[in-house]
Amino acid sequence: MKWLRENLFGSWPSALATLAILWLAWMLVPPLVQWALVDAVWSAPDSRPCRAAGAGACWALIAEKHRFILFGTYPYEQHWRPGLGILVLFALYVASAMRRFWRARLALAWLGGLALIGWLMWGGVAGLSYVENERWGGLMLTLLLATFGIAFAFPISILLALGRRSRLPVVRALSVLWIELVRGVPLISLLFMASVMLPLFLPEGVSIDKLLRALIAMIVFAAAYLAEVVRGGLQAIPHGQEEAADALGLPYWRKTLFVILPQALRIAIPPLVNTFIAFFKDTSLVVIIGLFDLLTSIKVALGEPAWSGFGVEAYIFASLVYFAFCFAMSRYSQNLERDLERSRTHVLREN
Amino acid sequence: MADASMIEMRGVGKWFGRFQVLKDIDLAVAQGEKIVLCGPSGSGKSTLVRLVNGLEPYQSGKVTVDGIELKNDAKAIEAVRGEVGMVFQSFNLFPHLTALENLTLAPVWVRHMPKKDAEALALQLLERVRIAEQAHKYPAQLSGGQQQRVAIARALAMRPKIMLFDEPTSALDPEMIKEVLDVMVELAAEGMTMVVVTHEMGFARTVADRVVFMDQGEIVESAPPKTFFEAPRTERARLFLSQILGH
Repeated sequence: MKWLRENLFGSWPSALATLAILWLAWMLVPPLVQWALVDAVWSAPDSRPCRAAGAGACWALIAEKHRFILFGTYPYEQHWRPGLGILVLFALYVASAMRRFWRARLALAWLGGLALIGWLMWGGVAGLSYVENERWGGLMLTLLLATFGIAFAFPISILLALGRRSRLPVVRALSVLWIELVRGVPLISLLFMASVMLPLFLPEGVSIDKLLRALIAMIVFAAAYLAEVVRGGLQAIPHGQEEAADALGLPYWRKTLFVILPQALRIAIPPLVNTFIAFFKDTSLVVIIGLFDLLTSIKVALGEPAWSGFGVEAYIFASLVYFAFCFAMSRYSQNLERDLERSRTHVLREN
Repeated sequence: MADASMIEMRGVGKWFGRFQVLKDIDLAVAQGEKIVLCGPSGSGKSTLVRLVNGLEPYQSGKVTVDGIELKNDAKAIEAVRGEVGMVFQSFNLFPHLTALENLTLAPVWVRHMPKKDAEALALQLLERVRIAEQAHKYPAQLSGGQQQRVAIARALAMRPKIMLFDEPTSALDPEMIKEVLDVMVELAAEGMTMVVVTHEMGFARTVADRVVFMDQGEIVESAPPKTFFEAPRTERARLFLSQILGH
């Protein structure tokens, strides 16, 4: 009671605001619950029950189409393959999130895991039928784009950030060129260029498939953004750190690897994760070059006349999936920061 | 005698842009010799020590350290850095590593020492600077005096022949200065060649073989401490001494 009086009704304006919010909640929440849970149609072979008078949210759409949303146009009877692939990806995510697994072997696990996923998805050898990557789609495609994209863009971005601070003029100029050129255009135009223009530049007979071209465009794009984030971290390192490493005789790469980067990346965790999250959502832009990621699969599912008109449910579902991944990334980065906190404090009285 | 010189500077000049910070410096430091460099701020004394391990380039003259001529080539600089340890005013410990890891980093990654040996050496050195019980703490958890002692041990872990100190006690609270100076006095007693930039005149009196007084980029006086403190030859040195001792 005391808490209520102090925090919610402490003054006239705050009392009014509290009442207004309560009224809004009273107006909005019960109907929402009624629609989303009580009256919802959870499963149905077609959309008729959803269209009946008084029916709430049509979750049956999701139940009916979940395979398509998860795996896109991948051959139906082969869905266990991307399914298994998603499980492998999740195992890799979880292992990578645990600090005690941060060993050289983790990189090997990733290589092995990604090779396994490649085999599962493509097939063509060892008893699996070949599935061309035109047919990959859904959540699996989104995860693959995001994972591969970040896995390649991040190391490249570190090189770009270091290159931009390099004393070698050519290296510096190339890094600046990459970063500024790529940051100056929207991702959409890069994707268009990759899918439409890139083939024109390749010699006769050489072709890179659409998925790979899109992925390259996204890596090029993300690397430029991440590079500036990493550079921000690098600039926060006091010059004395570099001098101390120099004075100990550590050559450039060892100094960078053991002294500078661990500190710079730690400082850059919040903006890095910010960029990762943005990148994860940006993968949905591949729709414009005809790839079926999570969002596009949902849109296609809605395109069937039988299920048209249930866009709200479909997009709520899409939002929840995106939110789950982004929220997990965000929470993880907060935990990581707290974990590293104890040694974060800088050297006393830096001058 | 030339062979016994650990550090030799001949006619060294250095410019920051058009401003000349070091003018025609001649200085020879013999093996085992302890030099205290002093002078007003901006006199070039810090620049001079930083030159010895290649942290600063120079434009004219010649610097030789333990027979290796320091030029602008990375190999010579690397070779010299292996011989020379440096301690900074602001400690510059690596904050993401424990005290022990600060010590083992360079022996493992520069000297290719096995990790076990490097750790044994590190513990022994931390013992020597009387801080072994803090080996697994991070720099931020240590006091300034403790950090500076770790920094000294870190430099010693590379088994240097020469130790450079750039105002090692200037960033410390008064009550911590002694614990750092004590370690330095012991080091001197063991015969280390030392070049120390400091205003701790007590230290200079007891430890230095020679006090080198600099002003405006020049070496103005170079004399044994007794002579320097009791009978400075130049007006500039007298003025400087009256300023730092006169209160």
